[in-house]
Amino acid sequence: MSSGVDVNLENIWIKFGDFVAVREANVNINGGDFFSFLGPSGCGKTTILRAVSGFLDPSEGRVLIGGNDMAGLGPNKRPTALIFQNLALFPLMKVWENITFSMEVKGATAGERRKRADELLDMIALSGQGDKFPSELSGGQKQRVAIARALCAEPDVLLLDEPLSALDLKLRQHMRSELREIQKRVGITFIYITHDQGEALTMSDSVAVMRAGIIDQIGDGHAVYDQPATPFVASFVGENNVFRGKVTAVNGDEATIASNRSGELVSKITPAAVGKLNVGDDAMMFVRPEMLQMGEGDAKSTISAKVINEEFEGNTYSIYLEGEGGKQIKMAMPNLGNDPHKAKGDMMSFNYNANNAVVMPAGDLASE
Amino acid sequence: MKSNILFGRIALGVYFIIFFGYLIGPLVVMGFTAFNSAAFPSITPWQCFTYEWFGELLKDERILNGIKNSFIVGIGTVILSVSIGLAASLVLTQVWAKWRSTFYTIIIAPILIPGVVLGISTLVFWRQVSDMFGGVALLNNGIFLTIIGQSTFIASYCMLVFVARLQRFDTGLTEAALDLGATHTQAFRKVLLPFMRPAIASAAVLAFLASFENYNTTTFTFGSYPTLTIELSQMVRYGINPSISALAVIIVVITVFGALALEVYGRRKKVKAGEIKKSKSLPGWMFGNIATILLVALSFAVIAMVFTSQSYSPQQCKADYREARDIETRLKIEALQAARAAANAANGDTTEEAGTDAPAEQGGASGAFGGVFAPTNLEDAAGQSDGEDSGAAAPASPFGGVFAPTNLEGSAGQSSGEATPSAPATAFGGVFDPTNLEESSGTSGN
Ligand SMILES: Nc1ncnc2c1ncn2[C@@H]1O[C@H](COP(=O)(O)OP(=O)(O)OP(=O)(O)O)[C@@H](O)[C@H]1O
Ligand SMILES: [Mg+2]
Repeated sequence: MSSGVDVNLENIWIKFGDFVAVREANVNINGGDFFSFLGPSGCGKTTILRAVSGFLDPSEGRVLIGGNDMAGLGPNKRPTALIFQNLALFPLMKVWENITFSMEVKGATAGERRKRADELLDMIALSGQGDKFPSELSGGQKQRVAIARALCAEPDVLLLDEPLSALDLKLRQHMRSELREIQKRVGITFIYITHDQGEALTMSDSVAVMRAGIIDQIGDGHAVYDQPATPFVASFVGENNVFRGKVTAVNGDEATIASNRSGELVSKITPAAVGKLNVGDDAMMFVRPEMLQMGEGDAKSTISAKVINEEFEGNTYSIYLEGEGGKQIKMAMPNLGNDPHKAKGDMMSFNYNANNAVVMPAGDLASE
Repeated sequence: MKSNILFGRIALGVYFIIFFGYLIGPLVVMGFTAFNSAAFPSITPWQCFTYEWFGELLKDERILNGIKNSFIVGIGTVILSVSIGLAASLVLTQVWAKWRSTFYTIIIAPILIPGVVLGISTLVFWRQVSDMFGGVALLNNGIFLTIIGQSTFIASYCMLVFVARLQRFDTGLTEAALDLGATHTQAFRKVLLPFMRPAIASAAVLAFLASFENYNTTTFTFGSYPTLTIELSQMVRYGINPSISALAVIIVVITVFGALALEVYGRRKKVKAGEIKKSKSLPGWMFGNIATILLVALSFAVIAMVFTSQSYSPQQCKADYREARDIETRLKIEALQAARAAANAANGDTTEEAGTDAPAEQGGASGAFGGVFAPTNLEDAAGQSDGEDSGAAAPASPFGGVFAPTNLEGSAGQSSGEATPSAPATAFGGVFDPTNLEESSGTSGN
């Protein structure tokens, strides 16, 4: 089995007529990594993947796989295999023929193909199902056949375009760990596309968060979650509470903003914005629901608001409070057996640790 | 309410009977005429059940030759049209959206152009081409021209079939094949082509049938290779016999057989693919399908027919029939001679009177005037008929509709003569009875 190779996208621009689908993408993926592109629908994830697999040529920039410029090479000449968003299993071929299609086109005999198919079927836990047609398989089984088919081609890079999106939650979670397992076993580079941030965070070594053709941030799960580079990333990845205001003081990697409703609030400047935030700038501060605690704290990290609603979710309580501009502030607390029992309409104070909040220049939020 | 629904049902039922009667009736009638020993395609009067027309058909050199040519042309047309149609449909689904409708219109145009025009233009065009190259024989060959001419529009039909199928093709499958290392040719052969196979089969059948039945384009292009339709139309001009019905029966049986077989095959595939369920009440190999049952029944019927035809002979029946008819004719002649004698006795004015009175005497063999048109006299009548075309306004004629169009048809050996319940025919006491025509048709070739 081939080991993973690097994939580098150098200053890629992809245009459809006047429409710019991908703008100035620079991505370096290390060999053997599980790399994810995360972004909302229509942001250009599939488009990037198609440029990597060779179905379209970038309008500008280079795609390097294993250090080789791929310009002018068709999809059948690249060391990549793509698992399509809709799987694209060949409906008129049996499962084993599907899996070994890449061998067939290279002229392998039926015997060799059968043998290889059986090995791969074992690997995806579908032994003995080789003679079925894809229409006779369940969603998860099709999924695994698609993976086996791609692996059979022995690619250096496996590209997966939201392969789990059609599955129900249980199966999706199962397939996630299975995919990760397979990736570790075969050791090749995986480039994975998803609009599900949970999926990206659990599986990836590295995540690129995309917004309307632009890559906002590339980093590991912790970086994207805890140190979002832009308001879009902060609001797209996981849940977040946003506070807007003008910067009143900057002190090294800490800044204070004057929020409209909650007075002065202090927090860390997100690493990507250190040195870019000046007094008087419009800024946004983000605090995750689980970073909020009840009770008063430091004056510059205490917020008071009216309780709107409380939800009990078994392992956690969520308390919704009235925020700015009709938005709600969400606070999540583990269920430790002491129901807070906040009546609607009560005023409530809560605080956060300034190290667990980030501030950055104001910008677009995800799906406002 | 209830009666309304009932009425609606009945109305629907009647409608269906009329509709199917209209569609299938003529074929059924023609089918029966193939088994009637009458020398002219007819079902009344029924003479004798016979297979002789099938034998007759197999002896007819021209029909056999026509069938052969039709097959050659058909196969050629299938190959040419399916290839052109497939190529065009692929182009059509891949051209820019901007040009698609223009391209579509151009390709579809031949369907809208009259076949006659296509025939003439094919002939003219290829003669030009042939002349340009100093008269290449192939380009003037009837088979070649007919295949080319028919394909001009049959290819369009094929393309429509392909486009319909292609619209359901997931281009992702081709991409998947390419991604897995297939060349474009391999992707086409291993992914797209298998997907198109059912459409190719239906297009081929369609093309073959369209070619087989084509007349108006072929009529200009056949040269010295007349196809079956050309032969048939030429035969009709000189009078027909029920061997044509026999041919029709064979064609209908083959068509129905093919249709049923296709249905059974399609069902079987769907059952296998799990799209539909087998019926539990039928044996498994029938795939729960009424078409299978019909197919089997039809096969048995055909086999039974072939077997009985070996042993069955209608000679006795025919002899009986001839004898019965001779007696009848003799009686009629005697009666008519008596009537004529009576008529001669009266003065000439009665001629007109008899003509107008006649319709009232329904079916009377004793019609006073009828004797004039006795079979024996008919020869004369037919001989004169050339000049009588203008006298088509029968009722006005002093001869009491003797030269009415229906009568002329009858003597010329056309089938519609007796099918039309024309008053003069009955009024003249079965003089124009089809059985008489057998004799007259021999003499009436014009
Ligand atoms: N062939 C094309 N021609 C024109 N525009 C296109 C084409 N392909 C994609 N686009 C546009 O490019 C943008 C990005 O599309 P893309 O398929 O990459 O989205 P995506 O991120 O994969 O979304 P999803 O999560 O819904 O699959 C979309 O706005 C889309 O309309
Ligand atoms: Mg996509």
